[in-house]
Amino acid sequence: MSLNRKDLLGLKDLTADEITLILDTAEPMKEIIQRQIKKVPTMRGKAVVNLFYEPSTRTRTSFELAGKYMSADTINISTSTSSVVKGESLKDTAKTIEVMGTDVVILRHPVAGAPHILARHVSASVINAGDGAHEHPTQALLDMYTIREKKGTLAGLRVAIVGDILHSRVARSNIFGLTKMGSEVRVVGPATLMAPEIEKMGAKPYYNLEEGLQDADVVMVLRLQLERQQKGLFPTIREYARIFGVTKDRLKVASPDVIVMHPGPMNRGVEIAPDVADSVEAVINEQVTNGVAVRMALLYLLAGGGNPHEPAN
Amino acid sequence: MNLLIRGGRVVDPANNMDQVADIYITNGKIASVGAQIDVSRHDCEVIDAQGKWVFPGFIDMHVHLREPGYEAKETIATGTRAAARGGFTSVACMPNTNPVIDNRALVEFVKAKALAEGVVHVFPIGAITKGSRGEELAEIGDMYQAGAIAISDDGQPVANAQLMRLAMQYAMMFDIPIISHCEDKQLVADGVMNEGYCSTLFGLRGITRAAEEIMVARDILLAEVTGAKLHIAHVSTRGSVELVRMAKKKGLRVTAEATPHHFTLTEEAVGNYDTSTKVNPPLRSAEDVQAVKEGLKDGTIDIIATDHAPHTVEEKDVEYNYAPFGMIGLETAWGLIYEELVEKGILDLKEAVAKLTVRPAAIFGLQGKGSLTVGYDGDITIIDPALEETVNPDNFASKARNSAFIGRRLKALPVYTIVQGKIVMNNRTL
Repeated sequence: MSLNRKDLLGLKDLTADEITLILDTAEPMKEIIQRQIKKVPTMRGKAVVNLFYEPSTRTRTSFELAGKYMSADTINISTSTSSVVKGESLKDTAKTIEVMGTDVVILRHPVAGAPHILARHVSASVINAGDGAHEHPTQALLDMYTIREKKGTLAGLRVAIVGDILHSRVARSNIFGLTKMGSEVRVVGPATLMAPEIEKMGAKPYYNLEEGLQDADVVMVLRLQLERQQKGLFPTIREYARIFGVTKDRLKVASPDVIVMHPGPMNRGVEIAPDVADSVEAVINEQVTNGVAVRMALLYLLAGGGNPHEPAN
Repeated sequence: MNLLIRGGRVVDPANNMDQVADIYITNGKIASVGAQIDVSRHDCEVIDAQGKWVFPGFIDMHVHLREPGYEAKETIATGTRAAARGGFTSVACMPNTNPVIDNRALVEFVKAKALAEGVVHVFPIGAITKGSRGEELAEIGDMYQAGAIAISDDGQPVANAQLMRLAMQYAMMFDIPIISHCEDKQLVADGVMNEGYCSTLFGLRGITRAAEEIMVARDILLAEVTGAKLHIAHVSTRGSVELVRMAKKKGLRVTAEATPHHFTLTEEAVGNYDTSTKVNPPLRSAEDVQAVKEGLKDGTIDIIATDHAPHTVEEKDVEYNYAPFGMIGLETAWGLIYEELVEKGILDLKEAVAKLTVRPAAIFGLQGKGSLTVGYDGDITIIDPALEETVNPDNFASKARNSAFIGRRLKALPVYTIVQGKIVMNNRTL
């Protein structure tokens, strides 16, 4: 089976079978990462561009290593060094990338829908590495991979996503993905940071942390953008930590074998207590490793081998 | 030159007329309307209108011609040609140009430019406040005397309620309407589309309906205090429709308009991130669209206006958040009105025509416009009910391309636009 699509723009349009294929493909990729010599020829001769309009060392490095482990030529373009600061439009940047013979463009952008626009303008595969408050599909895939690895399944699990739901692309992609795979998704956070009518996406909103954590199998803590406080979305960081900070004590109501996740980087002592971040329940480091494996799987499925959109030489 | 339009189905809501008739125009004015007009002895051009619909020329009271200042988006020359192609014989242009039309000289500039380069009538609207900055009243009286038919800070709501009240009181001396762009900018914050499930789904910042409704409510209350003529621009929510309905029940001099895109599209159209769908007020939910249609049906919404808002391709061909608000509408308006309102039984043909002719003429006091009454201007729109066309940007007379209706098939399109007896569009050709 192959991923019969040119781009990966979000999990909204993916089927449960496609998600399973990506997660299954990530398993042998993880084995490659654990080898002494982490290099396979799968993407030799392929060009991958990391086009980042937002700073993100973690995601960019993860994609870059994924490409390099599979022998692709990967380059990074970030806004501070590119012609974007000279006023070049996304469309023109896309054209330039196109004529350079790029096979895959990985786009991180502060505006929702930017990867969709790019995908319409280039014949290369576009992977969304986070667009505004819309989707972050590779993060959700690595989250789901990690959950599946720890729990053996995604079906029937209770997953609580805690934090700034309104602005979170990680939350949206996880809701799309997890509900498709049969998990029960709860979203927990202050009312001012809750996305309108989110229950229609299949996630139940909670405004009380303890209620949201009750019997949860997975707790996914989101990073709090501290500048939200300046915009008046909540009174103080201190109050946020007191009411919505995930602590050891609060986790007692969750399932005894709960796992705690965080997309990083963490504000320790704000959204997550330091002892939780470093606890045995936390799988935050595994998430990072799995991120590389999942991204390798995606590069492979979209441009590496057997993709029907890929011309045979 | 004299003109005879022979044998069309003549629909003139002002005179409660819907029958096959001839229309004779001489010296730019309607000379007679009736069966079998004999003009054999006159030097006369004849349009055979059999099988066609003949209406008073359409009037669009909410158009952005962008001149002076933004000629790359549109000019009076191109904007009026777009109007003619859409069957409009008169347009009113908003003052949010650069500089803002806030004094006599600029009103006169628009009029002179329209006379020299325009192909349809242009009625300038003056700003409420200097520079539309919402700080001090513009020279409303002087602009009125120079030909401004209404005042508006369209695009920039007058945030200061006291200033809005004074503007209403002042405008009453000239009995001209004050057109309110109802929007609480602070509630809008950084929103780019309607707030709700779709904004959550698409990850775009939402604009609450309350941002519009709060200002509609405020301005209705101020209209009650002052007794002024208040016209609410581009009504888009169920709550706004209800507020206008209440105001009318109270007998206030409040009128309202809706745009074709607000009664045709829902917020779901934003899902492809086509920036043509980024409009202000935003495309709303199916429930709001339904309410706007009900408002049009029961007369709460008096007129249809396009809010034709041209932008350059470069400005719109960017990421959603970065694009300016606005969609063009002159060239697609009638096709959408016909399909969405007439064919779906919301309005009959006469009611639909009234919202583009006699009603706007009455609200804005346009003399000799909006009807086929003898002695009125020979402004006429002829529709071919059998004509279907796919909306193709290559055919736009507007400079702009920011239409969400490109590729849509429209029917019953205007084939002739006649302005004071002069054929401006003939068989879809300008």
